[in-house]
Amino acid sequence: MTLSVDIELKLGDFTLATRFESGGANAGGAGGVTALFGESGVGKTSIVNAIAGLLRPDAGRIALDGAVLFDAAARVFVPAERRRFGYVFQEGRLFPHLSVRRNLLFARWFDKADHAPDEFAHVVELLGLEPLLERRPALLSGGEKQRVAIGRALLARPRLLLLDEPLASLDAARKEEILSYLVRLRDELSIPMIYVSHSVEEVTRLASNVVVIADGRVTAVGPVGQVLPQKAPDYNAVSQSVESQ
Amino acid sequence: MLTPEEWQVILLSLKVAFWSVTLSLPFAIAIAWLLARTNFPGKSLFDAVVHLPLVLPPVVVGYFLLLSLGRKGPIGELLYTWFGITVVFTWMGAVIACAVMGFPLMVRAIRLSMEAIDPKLEQAARTLGAGGLARFFVVTLPLALPGVVTGMLLSFARSLGEFGATITFVSNIPGQTRTLPLAIYTLTQVPGGDEQALRLCAIAVVLSIAALLVSETLVRRASRRVLGYDAVGRH
Repeated sequence: MTLSVDIELKLGDFTLATRFESGGANAGGAGGVTALFGESGVGKTSIVNAIAGLLRPDAGRIALDGAVLFDAAARVFVPAERRRFGYVFQEGRLFPHLSVRRNLLFARWFDKADHAPDEFAHVVELLGLEPLLERRPALLSGGEKQRVAIGRALLARPRLLLLDEPLASLDAARKEEILSYLVRLRDELSIPMIYVSHSVEEVTRLASNVVVIADGRVTAVGPVGQVLPQKAPDYNAVSQSVESQ
Repeated sequence: MLTPEEWQVILLSLKVAFWSVTLSLPFAIAIAWLLARTNFPGKSLFDAVVHLPLVLPPVVVGYFLLLSLGRKGPIGELLYTWFGITVVFTWMGAVIACAVMGFPLMVRAIRLSMEAIDPKLEQAARTLGAGGLARFFVVTLPLALPGVVTGMLLSFARSLGEFGATITFVSNIPGQTRTLPLAIYTLTQVPGGDEQALRLCAIAVVLSIAALLVSETLVRRASRRVLGYDAVGRH
């Protein structure tokens, strides 16, 4: 899987120009995780929204394995509902009027394809969702909500899974819990992932490749081990090291 | 306890209110959605036109209806020549008058509850493959349900109380267009009608309170359904 992104987004009074390729030969693992790394407010969410098709860039091109999803020059724009990209948002965004089970099966209503009979059971088992199935989202903890959100995205049989700071609103213990689930997904499923984060620790644990974004553009792309310095505590340390290279 | 004339008035009022709510509901939902979720040139003008019955004197609305839907009016003439339908001076005309008068209230309640829905939920639905119409029926409309119920009540109450537009458009015909307020008005115009008028006033109070209680219960149930707190008891 190769996702190529070369877009320009006007965000308020500044323009975000992004150009990178994720996946390909050096992705490592079956699916591979590419991290979008950068400080808060740098526009990472807008880039992911553009990849998902929720936001139309002002210029450029987005393609997955050669299939064009967006091309400003050719006026091509495949809307989000036809991209089949799973998206796990920062805040879960579960449907409050539906039970956990119905949230998980939401995408089935619009997906006429045949499903493997054990697909649902597998995802439920993978994320430990069995005891939550009949509950409503309002009564779930933050960590439980994120697990359901991940399961819901997986059951849409995504070609690519987008995760936008899925741990941001969780406390340290929940972060660790969800992170270990994500590592498990990475190793057991062959779905490529784009993982947005400003945490070096999360990126190092999860991703094989990283795209560093600063000052409205991509400042570095490559394997995590090469781009991110070992034991960098936070974004600022990384950004200094990237500049000195 | 109630005289046959009183029953006639009550049943006619309920029939008119029921049909006016039922007929305006789909249009009100569609227009509420347009106002809450879309932008188009001339939207503020459109919004103002939708709200017009709320601010115009009801007699003016009734007179406009008479001019356009009367036998000689542009729409009324078509209705008559194509379908042989005359709405003026019939209970169907009363339904139209009440529907028009209650329409802005209904649209407003539904629109407010749609605007309160986080658009991020609709975005999430998109990433899960839900196209426009599916998204509306599976996410937006169910979440707006409390507002829909409130809007139905407001329009129902407006219909029960409608006077000016009805009497101007369809007149005051017993059994056809003489709804509760018109009947009360008629009784206050005849000598010695006070006692009967007061009886009808009491009935109006009872009907309004009943409608309010029913809708309170429905709204509470709908909100609990939407927010998912009904599971509290079970866990």
